[in-house]
Amino acid sequence: MTRKLLTGNSAAAWGARLACVDYIPAFPITPQTEIIEDLAGWIDRGEMDARLVTLESEHSMITAAGSAASSGVRAFTATSSQGLLYAMEMIYAVAGWRTPFVMVNVSRGLASPITLESDHNDIMAARDSGFLQIHCATCQEIADGILLAYRLAEHPQVRIPAIVNFDGFYLSFTREPVDLARAAKARAFVGEYDPENLQFRGNSPLSQAMAVLGGGPYSYFRYEAHLAVQQALSVYDEIADEFEDIFGRRYDMIDCYHMDDAEYVFVMLGSFSTKAREAVDSLRAAGWKAGLLRPRLFRPLPQQRIRQLLRGRRAVGVIDQNISMGMGGVLHSEFATALYGLEDAPLLGSYIGGLGGRDISQQEFFAIADELKHAYENGESAPPRLLYTRNELTEMRKLQAIAQAEHAEIHRS
Amino acid sequence: MIKQSPVHFHRMKDMPSTHLLGTGTPMCAGCGGLETLHTMYDILGRKTVFVNAAGCMTLLSVYPFTPFHGGWLYTSMASAPAGAQGVRDAVDILLQKQKLPAEEDVEVVVVTGDGAAYGMGMSATSGAMDRKLDFIYLCYDNEGYGNTGQQYSAATPHAALTSTSKGSHGYPGYKKDLFSIWAAHNPAYVATVIAAEPLDLAKKIEKLQTMTGPRMLISLAPCPTGWDYEPELSVEIGRLAVQTGVWPLKEYVEGEVRHTKVPKQRKPVDDYLKLQGRFKHLFEPHCDEQAIAEIQARVDSYWDKNAAK
Repeated sequence: MTRKLLTGNSAAAWGARLACVDYIPAFPITPQTEIIEDLAGWIDRGEMDARLVTLESEHSMITAAGSAASSGVRAFTATSSQGLLYAMEMIYAVAGWRTPFVMVNVSRGLASPITLESDHNDIMAARDSGFLQIHCATCQEIADGILLAYRLAEHPQVRIPAIVNFDGFYLSFTREPVDLARAAKARAFVGEYDPENLQFRGNSPLSQAMAVLGGGPYSYFRYEAHLAVQQALSVYDEIADEFEDIFGRRYDMIDCYHMDDAEYVFVMLGSFSTKAREAVDSLRAAGWKAGLLRPRLFRPLPQQRIRQLLRGRRAVGVIDQNISMGMGGVLHSEFATALYGLEDAPLLGSYIGGLGGRDISQQEFFAIADELKHAYENGESAPPRLLYTRNELTEMRKLQAIAQAEHAEIHRS
Repeated sequence: MIKQSPVHFHRMKDMPSTHLLGTGTPMCAGCGGLETLHTMYDILGRKTVFVNAAGCMTLLSVYPFTPFHGGWLYTSMASAPAGAQGVRDAVDILLQKQKLPAEEDVEVVVVTGDGAAYGMGMSATSGAMDRKLDFIYLCYDNEGYGNTGQQYSAATPHAALTSTSKGSHGYPGYKKDLFSIWAAHNPAYVATVIAAEPLDLAKKIEKLQTMTGPRMLISLAPCPTGWDYEPELSVEIGRLAVQTGVWPLKEYVEGEVRHTKVPKQRKPVDDYLKLQGRFKHLFEPHCDEQAIAEIQARVDSYWDKNAAK
């Protein structure tokens, strides 16, 4: 095992290299591009035995990844944000092809307005596609998560593609120490790619992705995919156990921090949860029983485990870095669904923050904790909140004043 | 891909006498596209993987039936060439790593309609040619979005009535020159074909089998439902498309365009137009001589410019 200082993107490239991928259809998009640059460099220098092809769009890239995986090779690809949305038709399609491969998504906010910075609306748009989703909070978790994702996606009871997701800028360009598995150990862990019955070859009839007529066959195949995604829940622990035995690191489907006796709980996805960890430490130092629950596996969502972990807590604040227009935070509504009807269920609060790379400050975490406590004492959840400070609004008003002045000047001339 | 062509097509009796593609597909009677596919498949043989884009031919394989002996992969309307890229690359990787015996190699064939080829799929096709992908592309061109009821596409000819150009003058635009657009990429091979001239078609397939790289075919596909004529007229209309000079049969190899079947005495375009309901408004209730003359002039102008080629 070697320890290296790696960006999230480099850790992702290492994950793909250690997973012995054969084929990488690629397309550049910020903040993901460094992943394919690293891989291309290794291949050019003969350090990695794989083929990388730059397609002319993400839509084509996902098509090629799916068709290559259907033809018997282990495929890897990566994208972000607008690229993921451009590919979305094929994201849904290849999940239905039941071709196991792994895609990294480096999360970035969606237009409009256009931005390069991070939030989770891109990955939430792929929520219902059939792709498994593993969300990472550290660079170590990215490299390891890709190995886990291949095992999960290729498991005979699952056989469906997987997304490994991490935050643009906050992780993609942040260097952290990463323990890289020895190549031989990683190779043994992921094993040979088994295409099962999916392989185009001469003299062998195979039809893939064909049309169906009527709702009966259509529903059958859609239910099959849903059940396959759910199967990932029952095989996850055995894969995580094996990973821990070999590499010494434990990745539960839900990451818990100070959850044993926690009365007030933050729920978050991704790297911003490290900010919540810091807040939990401060709150604990001030005498609070605070904790953090972070789903690492988001699809399938471990609903049963969420119920077990949250039963009997006083109140839970779900902090979403996404926004479903006209509804609110996606993670919040998923947790509300998971907890509905549970005896001793905690009160649930909804907070939206961290959109387009906006920070969530420690003061905001403390304010959320105060509100959760207040809710518990009153026996009633507070209304959903869109996190935004007075200072941010003042700065925004200044920008608007400039825009108005510019507009007026253009009209005068 | 091992390049070979065991059969040479000099005369009609060299043509395969039985079809490889299974019967009972849901294609319309008289489908000109299906006829081209038949001939192509007969010559290419079983070791083919067809990669399809959304269009009429998507219905060839409907679960649990397929008329193919080899592979079939439906992708989307825009990305069939990218699907071909993945299959070709994967097979090459497996051959290189000796995980697939050479005799199990495949020819990858993209099959799309004009809706995909002339429009939504053009970017993916251009990309595949840029990358010198070793594949065959067959566009069956029935000059409109046929599978949805023949709305006009970028392949629709001037004056044709379609479900979205029902006015008294038909479609106001002009058919896009896809042959030249493809040839501008300098792929290994580009040709126009038509099933009604099977020997010309067979010779071109024989030729492209010896080549490596992008090999592109545009087949005019007479379409009884879309063009509004009786199915038994498909072959006659196809022949007239060539004899009137409306559909020039040609090929592009290494920077040169060559016409493979030049009509010695071109028939007037009226002969081709009047058999089709989509051009009926040019003849009834009054003959629109100006519109017909314009169509004739465009055909004449093409052949004047290309007489020596």
